[in-house]
Amino acid sequence: MNPYLAGVLLGLVLLTAMFFSGRGLGASGGLKYAVVAAVETVDHEHAMESSYYSKYFEDGKSPLKSWLALEVLGMFLGGFISGAISGRLKFKIEKSPKISNGKRLLFAFLGGVFFVYGAQLARGCTSGAALSGMAVLSVAGFMTMLGIFGSAFLFAWFFRKLWI
Amino acid sequence: MGPITILNDLPEWMNLGIGFFIGIGFGFALEQAGFSSSRKLAGMFYGYDTTVLKVFFTAAIVALAGSQLLSYFGLLDLNLVYVNPYYVTATLVGGVIMGAGFIMGGFCPGTGISAMSIGKIDALFFLVGGLSGAFLFAETYPMIQTLAGANYKGPVRVDEWLGVSPGVFTFLLIAAAIAMFWLAELAEKKYARNDITTEI
Repeated sequence: MNPYLAGVLLGLVLLTAMFFSGRGLGASGGLKYAVVAAVETVDHEHAMESSYYSKYFEDGKSPLKSWLALEVLGMFLGGFISGAISGRLKFKIEKSPKISNGKRLLFAFLGGVFFVYGAQLARGCTSGAALSGMAVLSVAGFMTMLGIFGSAFLFAWFFRKLWI
Repeated sequence: MGPITILNDLPEWMNLGIGFFIGIGFGFALEQAGFSSSRKLAGMFYGYDTTVLKVFFTAAIVALAGSQLLSYFGLLDLNLVYVNPYYVTATLVGGVIMGAGFIMGGFCPGTGISAMSIGKIDALFFLVGGLSGAFLFAETYPMIQTLAGANYKGPVRVDEWLGVSPGVFTFLLIAAAIAMFWLAELAEKKYARNDITTEI
């Protein structure tokens, strides 16, 4: 889809979230809830002793029964529908021909570790903090956007062999 | 009058159902934007594909201007819409760590989900890394708690910060976006990599 048109579509989805639920979109928060719920299942005592995990169980509900967890679940279905319509459903490792599959997968994994760690610290990622924040004129939203893109431009030279 | 679920006492399942449907729209829009491709996303930082900038700023402006209009016509109470709080240190440090993750992994969490949903194995590894990152954060939280809470400014808004009206700031942002779109189109010509863009 034309990028400007796709941007309008994405903006309308965000506006719908604001109008119906009084909040923006999110992605990393859903991953956090999955981890919090998994840790509680595996080691209930550890979760209850930790001030970090226990705050997600204060109201007695599973963190998976939250707006954000359901929204992230919906994202998988929405992405799948879009891929099916546009004929892009395919198992594939996407990478530069100059690097091996192993190298691509290692850096994809490391990138995920860094990104979501940073997102927990900044209290949101590109969607939850930057995009949704900018739509409500939040200073945190604009600063997160500048932080993410500024830093990626800064580090781009060091990782250029992964991409170009 | 919105926000609907805040102003009306809707049952919990309906609130969660709305979240699920908005998620479908979100995942669909990201995939249609082409964000299920890491080489397209990474193109932003080497100039050969600037879709990220175009989609991101168009979306932010549509939601910003749209919500301002709804508020102006009395259809949405913006005081009830969540504004994320500003923790100066955490936002800066977290933002820098996220940027490093972006250029290593080629995704952000949302685009990673979009890519995994169409079968990208690299996105699956990114998300497994993401879950590990969330776990690592939870376990190291006592050590970085002070940093995470430092220099708290509250849910401060940029229009108040600069002392302009929301309308004026929205107008300035639109003008800045148009200038950036123009530069982005120039960059795509200057740093064109047909070998990559024909593949993605």
